[in-house]
Amino acid sequence: MIIPFPRKDSPPAIVCSGVRHRYGDREALCGVDLKVSEGEIFALLGPNGSGKTTLFRLLSTLVPLQQGHIEVAGVDVARDQLGVRRKIGIVFQSPSLDKKLTVDENIACQAALYGLSGAAMKSRRDQVLERLKLTDRRGDFCETLSGGLRRRVELAKGMLHRPRVMLLDEPSTGLDPSARIDLWQSLREMADEGITVVLTTHLLEEADKADRVAILADGRVIVEGTPDSLRAELGEGLITITSSDPTGVATILRDELGLESQQVARQIRVRSPQAPTLVPSIAERLGDKAQSISVGRPGLEDVFIAKTGHEFD
Amino acid sequence: MSVMTPQPPASSPAIADQPAADSGIGGALPSGLGAAWMLAKREWVRFFRQRNRVISAVVQPLLFWLLFGTGLQGAFVGAGDQTFLEHFLPGTIALIVLFTAIFATISVIEDRREGFMQAVLVAPVGRWPVLAGKVLGGSAIAWVQAVLFLGLVYLFGAAPFSLSVIGVLVLLAVIAVSMCSLGMIVAWPMDSTQGFHAIMMLGLMPMWLLSGTFFPVPAFVGSISWGQMFLGGLMRANPLTYPIVELRRLLYPAIDFGATGFAPAPAICWAVSLGFMVFTTAVAWRLMRGSRRADLLS
Repeated sequence: MIIPFPRKDSPPAIVCSGVRHRYGDREALCGVDLKVSEGEIFALLGPNGSGKTTLFRLLSTLVPLQQGHIEVAGVDVARDQLGVRRKIGIVFQSPSLDKKLTVDENIACQAALYGLSGAAMKSRRDQVLERLKLTDRRGDFCETLSGGLRRRVELAKGMLHRPRVMLLDEPSTGLDPSARIDLWQSLREMADEGITVVLTTHLLEEADKADRVAILADGRVIVEGTPDSLRAELGEGLITITSSDPTGVATILRDELGLESQQVARQIRVRSPQAPTLVPSIAERLGDKAQSISVGRPGLEDVFIAKTGHEFD
Repeated sequence: MSVMTPQPPASSPAIADQPAADSGIGGALPSGLGAAWMLAKREWVRFFRQRNRVISAVVQPLLFWLLFGTGLQGAFVGAGDQTFLEHFLPGTIALIVLFTAIFATISVIEDRREGFMQAVLVAPVGRWPVLAGKVLGGSAIAWVQAVLFLGLVYLFGAAPFSLSVIGVLVLLAVIAVSMCSLGMIVAWPMDSTQGFHAIMMLGLMPMWLLSGTFFPVPAFVGSISWGQMFLGGLMRANPLTYPIVELRRLLYPAIDFGATGFAPAPAICWAVSLGFMVFTTAVAWRLMRGSRRADLLS
């Protein structure tokens, strides 16, 4: 039997309990409870305004904690902010590179901020550049690099001081598909080496690649688990019907076919393990009332819709 | 059954990347001094990579000096029969320092907009290295530019060379730090460079103009108009007036400026100059340390 590294039963890398945050009158987080295990890739998934960026700012100590408790790598954010900073690597959504400096110079800057200097800095810089396949671009000015390469330099900066936890805010933003694949390969390698990776995203397909996902909506964690377990909660099959009269369709399904459904805008969604076999009878009964009927396995978007009752956008 | 105990995946020792021990970053403590030095060095590198900044910081004051100095030469006689070219020289040097310091501190706004500042603000070094790096880096650039200009001044005989040059060099450093700190006070809460330019035109340029650089501080002797009285009061209240008076005295040590106009004693000039430097730096520090509202500006 092979026990994978890192151990999933090790102490949590991040613990949030009862975290609330306000911007003036607006409550951005309304009591978030969360645990992230060491060495996993954890995605905070949510639409714009769900509170994920606020949570990221709190975890990265960019804004002070107002209410609740957050611990990162065993260090209390409210008590020892600098201690937390030593343990985390951060990749912001907006690039933090100085475009007028070379890759090497940017990394040297980051090293100085984290107390690395001299031979130790040079050796560590060579390691991360090699690891992220940036060695041949080290002399290039950052303004000449592609979006994907810049993101890799950001990762190199973030992992320079060997953080226990990597925090990434919307890391795929602005990347083309091949650069996204490269990014995820790097993240997976980090997690394999024991670094906890926490990222925020509004991209469902990105969250699907994480080990665990917490879906946020209106400042709350509405559901949390592995992508597979979240989908499994909705069963094996999902029928989605688009209609100009969704209320009428829902009534027919309930009264005549005995099927419970959920209405989201112009869509009616029916969850059933027998979804594929139900489609012909639904199509026959609805006739012209249905503009389209599709059947498939539920995705994370369906999980979001099932839990919140509104679309993910 | 193969392996029973947790093990990291096989990887080359050269690129192994295990998390840091609990002690922090591989045992090394973050050094605020190292961070400040690096940020100052960055200012320097960035400045010389943007040639338009180098050129504008020297050429514009030089043009001002030559154009105004030559144009107003016949209409002005200063203390000790100084021509306007000579009278305007300390102001030109101050302008070089002012322009360079302003452009160095304006980069705070760009750093924030471009995201670089976010990474600095979440580093485990606190705030003071950011201020120290910006102020010392910007001041060093301003100082070197002013000194280069001063070298030309002595080379072409526009001012007599003497040992007082040591005082000039120290005073220029004091002015440079004051101006950079003042620039930080203006730039830190700003979210746009346009806002900075507005403050510069409304506040910093008048401050320079009213420091005795362009025209002498009116002396309160004899019968003077209310306007001159007001202007004289304003110029005496301007803390930049005092280092300019001292700079003028150090550049032309043979002339007695006190005989014809406002020229407080060197001790007063130095005290005000140093006090202003300490004050602006303290205010900038307090501003950066205080509200975190500016951290989230982007």
